[in-house]
Amino acid sequence: MSERAIRPIQFHVVQRGETTPLQTWLYRLAAVGLAIVMGGLFLWVLGYNPFLVYAAMLKGALGSAGMQKETIKLMIPLCLTALGVTLAFKMRFWNIGAEGQICAGAIAASYFAYFHNGMPRTLLLVVMAVSAIIFGGLWGLIPAYFKTRFGTNETLFTLMLNYIIGYVITYLREGPWRNPEGGFAAMPRFVKEARLPEVWFPGVGNIHIGWIVMFIMVLGIFFYLRHTKQGYEIAVVGENEATARYAGMPVGKIIMRTMFLSAGLCGLVGMLQVSGPDRQLTDAVANGRGFTAVSVAWLARLSPAGILVVSFLFSVMEKGCSMMQTEFRIPASMSEILQGVILFCVLGAEFFISYRVVRRKEKA
Amino acid sequence: MSEKAAIRLRKLSKAFGRIQANDQIDLTVFKGEILALLGENGSGKTTLMNMLSGIYQPDSGFIEMNGKPVTIKSPKDAINLGIGMIHQHFKLVDLFTARENIVLGRKNSELKYSPDDLCKSLKLDIDLDEKVYNMSVSQKQTVEIIKVLTRGADVLILDEPTAVLTPQEIDSLFDILRLMKDEGRAIIIITHKLEEVLEISDRVTVLNKGKSVRTVETSEADRFSLTEMMVGRAVDLEIERLDMPCGDTVLDVHQLSVVTHDGHKELSNVSFELHSGEILGVAGIAGSGQKALCEAIAGLQPISGGSILMDGKRIDGLSPREIIQRGVSMAFIPEDRLGMGLVGSMNIPDNLLLKSYRDTKGPLLKRRSAREEAGNLIERLSISTPGLKTSVSKLSGGNVQKVLLGREINLSPRVLITAYPVRGLDIVASMTIYDMLNEQKKKGVGILFIGEDLDVLLAICDRILVLSGGKVSAIVESRFATKTLLGMKMTGLITDKEDEYV
Repeated sequence: MSERAIRPIQFHVVQRGETTPLQTWLYRLAAVGLAIVMGGLFLWVLGYNPFLVYAAMLKGALGSAGMQKETIKLMIPLCLTALGVTLAFKMRFWNIGAEGQICAGAIAASYFAYFHNGMPRTLLLVVMAVSAIIFGGLWGLIPAYFKTRFGTNETLFTLMLNYIIGYVITYLREGPWRNPEGGFAAMPRFVKEARLPEVWFPGVGNIHIGWIVMFIMVLGIFFYLRHTKQGYEIAVVGENEATARYAGMPVGKIIMRTMFLSAGLCGLVGMLQVSGPDRQLTDAVANGRGFTAVSVAWLARLSPAGILVVSFLFSVMEKGCSMMQTEFRIPASMSEILQGVILFCVLGAEFFISYRVVRRKEKA
Repeated sequence: MSEKAAIRLRKLSKAFGRIQANDQIDLTVFKGEILALLGENGSGKTTLMNMLSGIYQPDSGFIEMNGKPVTIKSPKDAINLGIGMIHQHFKLVDLFTARENIVLGRKNSELKYSPDDLCKSLKLDIDLDEKVYNMSVSQKQTVEIIKVLTRGADVLILDEPTAVLTPQEIDSLFDILRLMKDEGRAIIIITHKLEEVLEISDRVTVLNKGKSVRTVETSEADRFSLTEMMVGRAVDLEIERLDMPCGDTVLDVHQLSVVTHDGHKELSNVSFELHSGEILGVAGIAGSGQKALCEAIAGLQPISGGSILMDGKRIDGLSPREIIQRGVSMAFIPEDRLGMGLVGSMNIPDNLLLKSYRDTKGPLLKRRSAREEAGNLIERLSISTPGLKTSVSKLSGGNVQKVLLGREINLSPRVLITAYPVRGLDIVASMTIYDMLNEQKKKGVGILFIGEDLDVLLAICDRILVLSGGKVSAIVESRFATKTLLGMKMTGLITDKEDEYV
């Protein structure tokens, strides 16, 4: 018998008892704090004063009404997209294709804005919104159909579709929809009728009507998931498909319906972007939001209210980092590094919410 | 005496979160004896053995082997110390032969005994060059035993080794265990079957709620004293069979065949009738087609031949929902208990809604009536739960099963299919479930009871259908049947030879 194999144990991991919600949130808060400290260390190593940089970031994001307005404009698409992917995530359908679904919605909306803009303004905007929802939804329905019919992997499928639709926009820009008057390849600006009206946001000023859509959707998605039969079906299918079948639920239909809604909401984001802040179709319409939204949805634990908060914080960070770039010449990719660090810390904190490391008492 | 103790556990404790799985347990196994570790589910048997085999580390306390304290940090340490564990679920590579599995990951020099010698000395009738996938469950178990013995195990731990065996196979396993004991090995057998404890062991250690209650000589114990130690009080162990006149046929399964999409024949030409007010038991080795039978009747599994009639009308081909509406309820308790039938992360009211949420009008979920219903259910079946908001995965196994069966019964079914309803339950909870089934029988429900424990099937069922390899090998009146007969029918020993090789 080898004595070598027998070593005293110093540390081991044990399961924690139930943690209270308060404790849980304290851990997450601590994780965000840790991430900020780590980001600060990173800045310090680069040779900046982290306190000044962070202060400039906050000022850049929230320092004036104009800056707040820009921050909220960043928040609208992020929050709505995160709500969209949440619908699918609740069902454990990994929709990583929000990016493409935003593009699909934007293309459909732009089609009407460019070629059928003779309608009255309200009608045109409604047609643009509806077509964006339908086209975005159909784009999301493709992977859902193949998943239910052939059991394909939705993660890869939705991801790959992003590239296809992204290059469709590039094609439209280079070819059929190119602005003949412009010097370089770009698509024309929308006519006035195809632009979203602006509505006064208390304390900040006029922002395009998307912010109202955002608040309505936060409430709407919360209610849909919590209090409707369809929301209940999503939860059951997500938890256990076998159980859903056993209870007589039409699982395939539920997956397709939910994915249509999820992608449709992302499609609406595309319309709000082209018709709101962008005022034209560009290939940067999604601009990585489809992926950031995945982080937002997870950090918020798929809770609509949480998404509202997290998407606000992410937007503050993004806006702040662009300020950081102008003031300190720190690349705005710093924001992405910080996002990554926060995600890492918060997901790491989940481990400590369920487990703790203890030092084993060796016997005397 | 202390030189003869193979293993001595001193005040071993292990907690999972707030649950104290093992609380200062003392246990001693001597060389050349069989110790039975008896306790209900959740009493801490498996946790204790997992600490011995290096899967968990104890929070406090220590382990002595042959008088010396040892630390077992990993399963590898345990093997090096000569502790071998036979798990409930075998860990064999199906595509390899028995011999390949036995030597897998070991150098020849590390093998203390040759497998062939072991087979000879233990009189094992097994072909070591046979592929594992061609082997029966009991043969696989034998391979596992040889595997740990070749690595030099002189302490053997068997976790519920008889759960998957037929009565005949259990007898031959016990013969092997007795031989190993005579060779001076120490054997710990984990079980909750009292008859087996009394038959095989020399001493019994009873665990209850993570504490070791007592250790007694088996010769001085009987069923009632052991139960009392396990449960903490005297329990009536008699299962009642209600003798009632047979009702009309509610379910008529005729020549039912099921072939899975990969071409495997799950059921072939299964025919039986189920009457109202009857409990028809289904016995069989695990994987003999029980699951396919349940799922075919519930409409979850397309059938490839035959018909299923309810009250004379065909229900095969209908959707699961339509079948539920006709009054067929299924409570299937899979191995992980929550797998099918309940949603673990949801609370009791939400789980009650699972089958009835569509019966209300409008797009909104009506939770209020479900909450009332849940309250009633909790009271009527004395389900212990911290509250209506607690998710069912946090309830104990017995309570989970009460919720599941309670919901199915609330739908006032005409046919109740229940598979392994007492799986993993303690004696008291099992008795409650049997009472629930008998109550339904009195109401005239036709009950199909897929079970594992032949004693229970014989006690509660009116008739027992035996499945063997997807075929009906017998349908017997349980009052005239014996365990031996059922066991032989389960392995297909008395079926027509021709029939078997078609």
